[in-house]
Amino acid sequence: MSSSHRHALFVHAHSPVHRLSPQVKIAAALIMLGAIVSTPRETVWAFVCYGLALGILVALTQIPIRFLLGRMLVLTPFALLALLFPVFGTDPKVEILGISLSEQGLWDMWNLLAKAGLGLVTAILLGASTEIADLLRGFDSLRAPRLVTAILGFMVRYIDVVVGDLNRMRLALAARGHQGTSIAHWGPYGRAMGTMFIRTYERGERVYLAMESRGYAGEMPASSRVKARPGEWAIALVVVAAFWAVAITARITR
Amino acid sequence: MSTPVIEILGLDFAYPDGTEALKDIDLHIHRGERVALLGPNGAGKTTLILHMNGIHRAQTGTVTVSGLPVTAPNLLEIRRRVGLVFQDPDDQLFMPTVREDVEFGPRNLGLTGAELEHRVAAAMASLEVADLANRAPNHLSFGQKRRVSMAGVMAMEPEILVLDEPTSNLDPASRQDLTQALLGLDVTQLIVTHDLLYALEVCPRSVIIDAGRIVADGPTIELLADAELLAAHRLALPAALLLLAGAPDPHRDPPRVN
Repeated sequence: MSSSHRHALFVHAHSPVHRLSPQVKIAAALIMLGAIVSTPRETVWAFVCYGLALGILVALTQIPIRFLLGRMLVLTPFALLALLFPVFGTDPKVEILGISLSEQGLWDMWNLLAKAGLGLVTAILLGASTEIADLLRGFDSLRAPRLVTAILGFMVRYIDVVVGDLNRMRLALAARGHQGTSIAHWGPYGRAMGTMFIRTYERGERVYLAMESRGYAGEMPASSRVKARPGEWAIALVVVAAFWAVAITARITR
Repeated sequence: MSTPVIEILGLDFAYPDGTEALKDIDLHIHRGERVALLGPNGAGKTTLILHMNGIHRAQTGTVTVSGLPVTAPNLLEIRRRVGLVFQDPDDQLFMPTVREDVEFGPRNLGLTGAELEHRVAAAMASLEVADLANRAPNHLSFGQKRRVSMAGVMAMEPEILVLDEPTSNLDPASRQDLTQALLGLDVTQLIVTHDLLYALEVCPRSVIIDAGRIVADGPTIELLADAELLAAHRLALPAALLLLAGAPDPHRDPPRVN
């Protein structure tokens, strides 16, 4: 099957990370994020350790580097913002390559880039190794409110349908000679968006009717929770403990 | 005679704005029947089937499903007995995977464990969608979506399967698959359509509804042979079929203008 079969963040592979139960991966990722975020920024060695550990996990998960870098582009706006910190930061200043930069600002920039970057790699690891249906099941197993997982599920289910509707409407506009090249042409887009809103609302009503017709009475039925094997939790515990060992050591030795 | 699966007596329904959608409907459907509900757009077909599973409540008259009246305390059982398959499968397949969608109804009925698995497996097998179990509904073909949405309804083991325009948007091959699936299902069926040939292919009996009233009820082949009846209610057999049956060819014999 083509790659459209799966969500865009998923990398098809048969790695040990892919095989882990989703709830184990979700819990581990969240706890790892906690360790990364709580590490003092001055302990550069700790971030190097996280980087190496995540690098090993990325290799284990068989995520192509190009894919990883492509996904990391979402960091760009934050990175651009971070670049301004040293320029506009407070005194004392340091001279680097003939430019006077704020020392405090440099640390702020490093802090943001390192933590956001490592956090993003963790999230990409989770997304690349877990299909959406499994992610939802994982959140459910972790006792996330069923209403929240249901809303997420509906969003994932209907985003393609809505985008399809939107594309057909754009085609219909173009087919009758509409050009979107200047701001004066944006009126029809506005009306198309209004129509989209109403159509989506109507679909929501029909979906609700369909749910009622199959006995829905206000609560989503429990999905079959798949228990994670104790061995899986043990593996996750080792990885998570390593991250927190680094974080705690960093805090003590700062 | 045995208790009818669907028994509707003197049903009237008007929308809140006063539009009369149904007027004095009497309809009986017996176990094992396969009935077509025919009528032009806006005749009240969908309004009528929404009464059968209690989404609309009768304003006057009664609706009874296998002896059980459609009233608030009976709704869950009514909805189990009457399996509604909606026109747009995207409205009906709302769970992340096919299996979870087929499980949705039985779980609402409180089934779990081996019983649930058995139900779901049987329903998916009867519509030949077992191999799609772990797929996401948004990546299925239209015909597959149609069959999965039917499996989701069959998993509730309904006493009557009600399909709203099941052939719309199907290509001829998927249409053929649907016919085979319908003929293979051991359940009473009511098929809402304005596709007269499909009604003839699948349903021995037809009911014609127009402007909220039942205007004809009888063997499909007899109703379709009555050209006046069809014309009076904005229904018509495809022109091509009439040509094959010996009607004058408009391309060969253009009407003379005098």
